[in-house]
Amino acid sequence: MPVATPKKVKKDSNIRVDAQRKVSGKAKFIEDVEYKNILHGATIRSPVTHGRIRGFKNRDEIKNMPGVKAVITADEIPGDNIVPFVKEDYPCLAEKEVKFYGQAVALVAAETPEEAKAAAETAELIIDEYPGIYDSIESMTPDAVYVGGDDNVHSYFKIRKGNIDEGFKGADVIVERVYNSGHQVHCYLENQGMIAEPIQNGAISVKGSMQCPFYVHNALVKVLGFKYSKVRVVQADTGGGFGGKEDMPSIVAAHAALLANKTGMPVSLIYDREEDFHTMSKRHPSRTRIKYGATTEGKLVACEAEYIVNGGAFCTLSPIVAWRGIIHITGPYEIENIKADSYAMATNTVPCGAFRGFGQPQVNFANEILIDELAEKLNMDPVELRKKNLLKPGSKTATNQVVGSSCGMAETLDKTLDKIKFKEHKGNDKGPVKKGMGISTVFYGVGLGAEGKYFAKAGAQVHIKEDGTVFVAIGNVEMGQGAETVFNRICADTLGCSYDMVEILEPDTTRVPDSGPTVASRATLVGGNAVKDAALKVRDSLFKAAAQKMGVKPFDIKIKDGKYISDEGEIDYVDVVDLAYLSRERVAAQGWYKVENVSFDEKTGLGDAYPVYSYSTNACEVEVDTETGVVKVNRLVAAHDVGKTIHPPSAEGQIQGGAAQAIGYALYENLVLEEGKIVNPSLSGYTIPTTMDLCDVEPILVESAYDEGPFGAKGLGEPPMVGPAAAILNAIHDATGIWFRKIPCLPEDIVKELNKDINKEPKELK
Amino acid sequence: MNISFILNGNKVKVEVSPEKPLLRVLREDLDVMSVKEGCGRGECGTCTVLLDEVPVTSCMVAAGQVRGREITTLEGLESSGAISDLQQAFKEAGAVQCGFCTPGFIISAYALLKENPDPSRDEIRVAVSGNICRCTGYTKIIDAIELAAKYNKGLNNEI
Ligand code: FES
Ligand code: FES
Repeated sequence: MPVATPKKVKKDSNIRVDAQRKVSGKAKFIEDVEYKNILHGATIRSPVTHGRIRGFKNRDEIKNMPGVKAVITADEIPGDNIVPFVKEDYPCLAEKEVKFYGQAVALVAAETPEEAKAAAETAELIIDEYPGIYDSIESMTPDAVYVGGDDNVHSYFKIRKGNIDEGFKGADVIVERVYNSGHQVHCYLENQGMIAEPIQNGAISVKGSMQCPFYVHNALVKVLGFKYSKVRVVQADTGGGFGGKEDMPSIVAAHAALLANKTGMPVSLIYDREEDFHTMSKRHPSRTRIKYGATTEGKLVACEAEYIVNGGAFCTLSPIVAWRGIIHITGPYEIENIKADSYAMATNTVPCGAFRGFGQPQVNFANEILIDELAEKLNMDPVELRKKNLLKPGSKTATNQVVGSSCGMAETLDKTLDKIKFKEHKGNDKGPVKKGMGISTVFYGVGLGAEGKYFAKAGAQVHIKEDGTVFVAIGNVEMGQGAETVFNRICADTLGCSYDMVEILEPDTTRVPDSGPTVASRATLVGGNAVKDAALKVRDSLFKAAAQKMGVKPFDIKIKDGKYISDEGEIDYVDVVDLAYLSRERVAAQGWYKVENVSFDEKTGLGDAYPVYSYSTNACEVEVDTETGVVKVNRLVAAHDVGKTIHPPSAEGQIQGGAAQAIGYALYENLVLEEGKIVNPSLSGYTIPTTMDLCDVEPILVESAYDEGPFGAKGLGEPPMVGPAAAILNAIHDATGIWFRKIPCLPEDIVKELNKDINKEPKELK
Repeated sequence: MNISFILNGNKVKVEVSPEKPLLRVLREDLDVMSVKEGCGRGECGTCTVLLDEVPVTSCMVAAGQVRGREITTLEGLESSGAISDLQQAFKEAGAVQCGFCTPGFIISAYALLKENPDPSRDEIRVAVSGNICRCTGYTKIIDAIELAAKYNKGLNNEI
């Protein structure tokens, strides 16, 4: 066996801090965490989509099954039977009524996973079945069955800007279309899972796969009826989230904690793929109607829009999703007269929640196809039309927010078109396979915005040890997106130490205050600023120690290449730390950041919705086989203005991964529900893209620094998912001449439309 | 029932039902934690191991089928140094995000490079098409495998 010869290793500075443990198989996902004497939980679920619970037929039989240690129903919940999300409507365990297939009704804990599963499968619930309602439009009708919310409305928002009637009067051309999209499943490769364990002093500790330890903490306080100080939540390595581990882990954790609390033993509750499919949140299916009015010169003068999403049985995060949708529904354009409404409707289907893009991919898919349809009607190049209307510094968004100086919209457009050679694409394909190109433009409000402003904060702790190495405690999580690396870079660059000296600790709710969720591309901006704040505070001690030694004032000191420098000399970072320790300066500090100045007036829908926006353009080339309807994306170029890039490989990875999910969303991912029940709950029934389905996504990073961001950064997790669907459907139009207005756009949809066209032609010829 | 096989070069014996999926035997009875369960139905590739040098999804292999045969996991390839190039390439190329799929990809890539030390991007795509990654969009994973092949060049591929 030859010994691997040492090779030229690129400077390790580009390598993510979590990469080594992941390539060696040593990362500890929740299923890899080993406990002695652990019990295994399973969930007894509703077999119907809507009904009244009459009883539990064989509870005693189940209790006596082999290995079973506990059975829990709603009446045994020590605290409130509520998992708190935006509203308090989602019971931890259904008590009287079940509202969707697979809703949790009872829990069991047993000695082995098999015994727990067998017990749950044996359970027989007595349920009177009610008629269900599964479609959001049907849910709006006056005689619809009541599911939840106010007359089945989980949430409603509106925007009224300018004068919509006058606006349309001034338009020479008006286009109005309806667009539909289906559910999308996160398909994080690691299913949901939690381990709850009773710990000292009557407290409970929960560890697991999650994006939002503080949501979980709140839920446990509520459900267990414990004091905040009697709960501890720790994040394990998390195998993907994409929003699916924002709110849902609160439910899994609450269930595991109830079982641990009752049995006095650690309990592991880990879902299998099918259970995860049936019961965890999805991207909201939507129906979007948009109407644009424009002058013959191509100036957009009015936009009317209506956005209806299917929120499922409980509200969860629907308001935030519907809100983000409406803020962005008119597109990245300056338009004076706007009327927009958004509704999240209740139905007897699995509750929908957060998924990368939070309600924005649905509306972007609609407005970005419509803008192309409008261009066609105006007989104008779609790029030209966009350029006339795109947001730029100083323009006003739909909510009248003035766009700040960090706006790389135009640059992303130019760079994308340049790279894909958009101008040169027109060809006439003779065979059955037709090529086409399409684009889409996106603006994206970073963070949770005014609707989620109570979460718009984060804490961190930076603690320098004797040898200069650093512990950083954070409240925002790594889930694959690269947050650990970003925090590592921010801390190291602030202190002037090398990257390998900074350890990012696993998020633990006992270490830092509530830092809100890790969602909406906010970790870099909010969490990063908190880390920076903490690092700056300890750096003050280092400046002081160095200044004393050199006989200068602290503000005379600069950091360069790992050295603290003044006119009087220079000291290595490690030696400065030594000095700080000798003079007993403070070497640890808490950092804090909150987002100021966001506002939203519910009456008009106007205000400064988000602290800042990021901008992107997607362009793609597709190939449509007109005989089979199969579409292949040959190229996809995506340019993103992310402020300043802190770790370029992670930023590129976010763009490529997000675009891949968007290609799946546009072309492959088809969740099928029959009478409210998912009929393809598996990775082979619901197909997500493999290496054979995807091209190499070509990312472009455009930098337009944001002063408030740590080192000028904005945020990037979500935007890559927002734009590609419209670009793909616009390209399919370019190839086939047909506008498709539904996603996923499946081969059968394409063949059907193409055949329609063929059937139509002879008639017109007559 | 007693089942013996070779795990990462060492003989092991476990007392399990012959139907028990190899994935669960490895994790539960032998503490081999790099093999992950993403689906348990042969659909995702996170549980990929080598069975007599051929990549298989261990969730679909019954314990009884491996009697007397040779199973290799990431742990084994790592301790022999056989995948150090691949690991370095995955790190450098930025092919790792959440990391849940990573061990499975490295096993499939290792098997490919052994057969075909200089694969094209398309050959790489085919070789790892049974492994799903939801985070990366695959581009950087394919880059990583190409990079590892470059590292390998000039080296004896006999491992
Ligand atoms: S767990 Fe074996 S293929 Fe998914
Ligand atoms: S890195 Fe997350 S699934 Fe591949």
